[in-house]
Amino acid sequence: MTNELIDFTLVSVALLGIGIYGLAVKRNFIRMLFAVEIIINAANLSLVAFGRFLPHSGGQTLALFSIAIAAAEVAVGLSLIIVAYRMYQNVDIADFRSLKG
Amino acid sequence: MADAVFLALTVITIGSAIAALELRSLIYGSIALMGTLGGIAGFFFLLDAPFVALFQLAVYVGSIAVLILFTVMLVKRELIFNKIEDKRRKFAGIGLMMVVMVGLGAVFLDSGIKTITTDEPAVDFRDIGTDFVTYYWPALILMGLILAGSVTGALVLAKREDVENDQRTN
Repeated sequence: MTNELIDFTLVSVALLGIGIYGLAVKRNFIRMLFAVEIIINAANLSLVAFGRFLPHSGGQTLALFSIAIAAAEVAVGLSLIIVAYRMYQNVDIADFRSLKG
Repeated sequence: MADAVFLALTVITIGSAIAALELRSLIYGSIALMGTLGGIAGFFFLLDAPFVALFQLAVYVGSIAVLILFTVMLVKRELIFNKIEDKRRKFAGIGLMMVVMVGLGAVFLDSGIKTITTDEPAVDFRDIGTDFVTYYWPALILMGLILAGSVTGALVLAKREDVENDQRTN
């Protein structure tokens, strides 16, 4: 293979950095969900890359589990967005105050 | 050294990840997110994992991205455009991103990962199937239950009680 493990790992680190930036800066609930998705994908990329280079089938198996659980997480997250939007007529998390201590 | 396909996929993936977070309109943002997810699927193809790549295309690009698009459409029009952000928070976020990227990148570049190469054949997808039904079967059943539970929970959360009551009175 011409592509090495370190290349895939660096792409994964870059995606993780972008996701953390999104979580820290954005105040829109939907954008924060985008950032979480990007972080999950960075993790999956890392899993499959290490599984390929070790080589071991566990990497791909765990990545499949992770994709399925991420689908469940997105379904719940989006329904939370809809409920919060119905309550506050907004998707800005600065307005979601009822859980604020 | 990385080849041209890898470099093109890197540009697509990272560029559309930045676009997904930075484009003013959420609809264009979610389309850019589709680009990121598709780029990751391309990386899976490069890593000789076609099964995971197709799963990624079906689940992420096919369903999650469409789900996100529909949610964006349910939100009021003026809310899907970005408000002006706090400049200080933005610079702090960029600093945090740089710390994570440079720190983790330096650790990985300094570690033994650089020397790992392989000439062995890729893992056969039959092995993954065998893994699923032998070693990981309790996890597979648990995953199915979690998926069913979360989808039911999502439906219950998103249900509108006021509409149902109106229909009853009518």
